[in-house]
Amino acid sequence: MKDLLKTKANNSLNSYCLGIESTADDFGVGVVSFDGKVLSNANDAYIPEKGGIHPREAARHHVEVSEKVLSEAFETAQVKPSEISLVGFSQGPGLGPCLRTGATAARALASYLDVPLVGVNHCIGHIEVGKLATGATDPVTLYVSGGNTIVSAFEAGRYRIFGETLDIAMGNCLDVFARAIGLQQRKGAPYGAVVEELARKGKKFVPLPYVVKGMDLSYSGLLTAAVSAYQSNKGTIEDICYSLQEVAFSMLTEVTERALAHTEKSEVLLTGGVAANKKLQSMLAIIAEDHGARFCVCPLKLAADNGAMIAWAGILAYSCGLVTPVEKSFINVKWRLEEVFAPWVEREK
Amino acid sequence: MVLIKKGAEASLFLEDWHNRKVIMKRRFPKRYRINALDRMIRSQRTMHEPNIIHKAKEAGVPTPIIFMVDVSNANIIMEFVEGKQVKEVLDDVSTEKRASLSKQIGKFIGRLHRHGIIHGDLTTSNMILTSYGTVVFIDFGLSERSIELEPKGVDLHLMKRTLYSTHYKHAKECFKAVMEGYSESVGKEEAKKVTAKIREIEKRGRYIADRE
Repeated sequence: MKDLLKTKANNSLNSYCLGIESTADDFGVGVVSFDGKVLSNANDAYIPEKGGIHPREAARHHVEVSEKVLSEAFETAQVKPSEISLVGFSQGPGLGPCLRTGATAARALASYLDVPLVGVNHCIGHIEVGKLATGATDPVTLYVSGGNTIVSAFEAGRYRIFGETLDIAMGNCLDVFARAIGLQQRKGAPYGAVVEELARKGKKFVPLPYVVKGMDLSYSGLLTAAVSAYQSNKGTIEDICYSLQEVAFSMLTEVTERALAHTEKSEVLLTGGVAANKKLQSMLAIIAEDHGARFCVCPLKLAADNGAMIAWAGILAYSCGLVTPVEKSFINVKWRLEEVFAPWVEREK
Repeated sequence: MVLIKKGAEASLFLEDWHNRKVIMKRRFPKRYRINALDRMIRSQRTMHEPNIIHKAKEAGVPTPIIFMVDVSNANIIMEFVEGKQVKEVLDDVSTEKRASLSKQIGKFIGRLHRHGIIHGDLTTSNMILTSYGTVVFIDFGLSERSIELEPKGVDLHLMKRTLYSTHYKHAKECFKAVMEGYSESVGKEEAKKVTAKIREIEKRGRYIADRE
């Protein structure tokens, strides 16, 4: 793949793509070379004073930090704006106001630099950068974050969805649970990490609803039950965290295993913000082993929302001649993964 | 004991049991789950499936006979239904036969839904056409009890998707016949509501890629 790119674009070794990510709380800018080197990956996250992400406040944050994050990305990469030959941006799915901020910056930059613009599907970004970082070529991907819970694999031109959440995302379930029982997130330790720490000290298993419907999962009932189990003293805070993780992650693992058995792929890729969880990693490692598949975990820096993944997915799309004219660069808040035609994947194989 | 299907959740074995050809459905423990949770899930599913298979019989839908349920080992021993998967025969039979077969399937789905049973995995590989012409529904592993419109729509939507992906040449006529049979079982009013629901589910865009 990388060789193909080299021969295709002139001077591709000196070609760089700048990617802008702004689907939710993160504003990220990454610079990636056409041969797949991540040169910089700057980021600034909006942290709400209380509660969850307020879309308008998050978008305001993105506008405020955009200049700073952009300059940082250029400086770290040691690349001048004039050396950028492609601009990628996350076009969806995500929060409207946040997406619009990133899209506006991307359009302005592409027009100013007079380079092509590529709208990238956020989920494709996660999968592709996960493959780049781990060397996976054709995995069953479990993408779990605050906003998405998707089991996907490539079949006939597209990344198909084999299972997903029917209501809230896995990460969202952990976040809301943590807030509801009064946990505090710290710098470098988001809610998910705080729950994981406590869960390690849990001993007693408190039964909670396990909801797998076919290939799909549901977390809203589990969330309510976990909060009420804590409030009605069914166990210590550690026990509830432990039980919540066991149930929630077993659900994810079951669905991933089903997709693995069905597709008979030989790799399992774990990515998204929740990929950092060691417990989840260990459970998936087991099913990968059972099916003789290689287990890959995307490193946290590239697994969480970031600009580099958008840049890399942009490069891949561009390598197949896919660009997004400015007049068609409107955002798509509900852009589904399987709607994206991904011709570059066939070529890689 | 011959393994005939290894799913992610359960394995099916063909076995000789008291001079009878039977299917043994075994749910093995999962190493990734803690014991308490693993036992809970496996025993729940082992009890749930024969229960709902029994309810389907009450509703007038042919299903395998259950011979034995061993909850502690998560084992179900049931009849091996002789016949061919509808998946294998649907494309090869005559147009009339295809229509009557589809209609029969629709009638049975209607009976299930009228009795609050959602099959959960309505594909043509989970229907066996016996030599005496009756369709037997198998694999209730993903089934649930519900009288709501949404799961009924999802159930039939999967049926439709299977027809359009596996039997695309005749999908349209087949699904039309399925809905005719369905309507006979549940009544025109209800069938209309469910049809509208299926359309709504399609419009959610989740399966856009499949429609192309």
